[in-house]
Amino acid sequence: MSEQRTTAAPQHDAPAYAGETPSGIPIPVTATPDMAGSYQPVLPGEYPYTRGIFPNGYLGRLWTFRQYSGFGTAEESNQRYKFLLEQGQTGLSVALDLPTQCGYDPTDPMARSEVGKVGVNLFSLAEMETLFQDIDLSRISTSFTINGTAAIIYGMYLAAADKAGVPREKLTGTIQNDILKEYVARGTWIFPVRPSMRLIADTILYSNEQTPRFNPISIAGAHVRDAGSTAVEEIGYTLANGLAYVDELVRRGGDVTKFAKRLSFFFYVHMDFFEEVCKFRSARRLWARLLKERYGVEDRNAQLFRFGVVCGGSSLTAAQPYNNIVRVGLEATAAVLGGAQSIFTCAFDEAFQIPTEQSAEIALRTQQIIAHESGIAKTVDPLGGSHYVEYLTDQMEAEEMKIIQELEDYGGVEKAIEDGYVQMRIAERARQRKERIDSGEQVVVGVNAFRRENQSEGVGEVFRMDPKVRDNVMEKHRRLLETRDDTAVADSLAKLEAAAQDDGTNLMPYIIDCCHAYATIGEMVTTLKRQWGEFQEPVRL
Amino acid sequence: MSLQGKRILIAKPGLDGHDVGAKIIALALRDAGADVIYTGLRKSPEYIARVAVDEDVDAVGLSLLSGAHNELVPETIAALQAQDAADIKVFVGGTIPTEDQQSLRDAGAVGIFTSEMKLEDVLAQIEQALG
Repeated sequence: MSEQRTTAAPQHDAPAYAGETPSGIPIPVTATPDMAGSYQPVLPGEYPYTRGIFPNGYLGRLWTFRQYSGFGTAEESNQRYKFLLEQGQTGLSVALDLPTQCGYDPTDPMARSEVGKVGVNLFSLAEMETLFQDIDLSRISTSFTINGTAAIIYGMYLAAADKAGVPREKLTGTIQNDILKEYVARGTWIFPVRPSMRLIADTILYSNEQTPRFNPISIAGAHVRDAGSTAVEEIGYTLANGLAYVDELVRRGGDVTKFAKRLSFFFYVHMDFFEEVCKFRSARRLWARLLKERYGVEDRNAQLFRFGVVCGGSSLTAAQPYNNIVRVGLEATAAVLGGAQSIFTCAFDEAFQIPTEQSAEIALRTQQIIAHESGIAKTVDPLGGSHYVEYLTDQMEAEEMKIIQELEDYGGVEKAIEDGYVQMRIAERARQRKERIDSGEQVVVGVNAFRRENQSEGVGEVFRMDPKVRDNVMEKHRRLLETRDDTAVADSLAKLEAAAQDDGTNLMPYIIDCCHAYATIGEMVTTLKRQWGEFQEPVRL
Repeated sequence: MSLQGKRILIAKPGLDGHDVGAKIIALALRDAGADVIYTGLRKSPEYIARVAVDEDVDAVGLSLLSGAHNELVPETIAALQAQDAADIKVFVGGTIPTEDQQSLRDAGAVGIFTSEMKLEDVLAQIEQALG
């Protein structure tokens, strides 16, 4: 019998680490148990929630399929929402046009060319009522991506529910209501920082009492991320903003154990698969630790880091757009493995147009296929315990905390924003990303690699906005002004103005009264601008 | 032919809040030696034209990702003409669908730059137009 000898094991001359994640964290060639220094096998639902906030994960309830949508008139968006609900979407996500977001009536010169373009126009309660025609507000959860005018849109939503006879305690949904990131990455700010923080505290405290199932804020990292920040910065800036809101609410006498239960978060999912999964795991852990260590929060429900995500954004390309279906599929998978509570999957044509019904449907099907065919939601945090995943979670948490500390050392997020410091860092990151893509260092398939002649740059069915949208909206505006009770409007606006003069008065009841009187969004914002002025953007390059 | 010393205004007309592209272009132009002024967000066509004239710029770059380009680009060009500044070259950047590009050129835009174009190509085109 011949001797059988095991050949010698190959020598591992390769370095232990090779390359970096997009956030700059060294990547082990092969992760080993010793690399995950702080790993403890904590169960999901157990502090600090690395593996998830619920013991049963998605077994009891899948994430919400919440596709962002809205354009044109309230009537047109209402049709699209009914279509999406019929197709299996489980929560609504309303896109508002820029006049609505920035507080201009459709008749304002700044608004004229923007009416109904990036979202639906809601200039008054009447439009909000039309938007939800035949949609049961007591059963459908609605998220509004609204910030500068969040208090007003929330006011209209409550007023619409009041008129439809839906009890406020039944209302579920979210308003983004996160002004800090507007100043640095999204641009729909209106008032200066201090009065904006006051208004946000007003909405959160009011909502906690009146609409206890509603999330009055969704603290968003998505926009700094889409602008070019790394995953680590996305979490760092966002949690720093979150802490600023907590501090404001505590200053206003809020009980952190109560209001923290209704703070929610919102992020992008881009293409580095494991960074995205570990980003969410690290954020859950970091937020819970910060609440416990800094604010003494012991109530489990107040420690939970609940978040929604959008898959796509600037990770998608106009070049060879069908590739985006694959990108979004991977990103949504990362979101599920990361434990997101709600997911918006972008349509493949998102890079260059409002989605058509066809592209919107594929985006929704992407989630449904993952949910019902892939099996990954049948167990909680299946990547937990992976040496690489635990290593990366640890590393990202440490880097995220450094950013929070850096902003605190600077003097706090409000100062950093007013100085333009955060804005400058984001612009620099954006520029670095552009240079990496231009040089080919960062590969983007179809853009700087694997191109072909006559490739599609925008293709398929083209979404055509109804050219009469603006005229329709202007006509509705004209008719509203004719039919409403001018005295009631003037009266409600005067009361709002008086209330705004006292920092300690919660403005929500006054805003809701204005909505009920059919005051327009422009009228309410003008009233508040008279009191607070406008934010002066620090233009620094 | 060079951008050294050229004065360029980068502007955000209308309500669009996406400023990443505008800032990237502004930084790149500055590094190429141009004197760059950035308006910040939320400016009217009339304001942009006034600043362009006051600052005596060679070119204005309009950045738009809100879909409002078909109205705001011609309005800004008209505002420049109204101030007797039709010699100021106008460029457009952002999400501009192919089917809209010709009419913007017909209105007077001398260059249209979408986000996937390489920075060096954008700068080369600007340089050539201002040559």
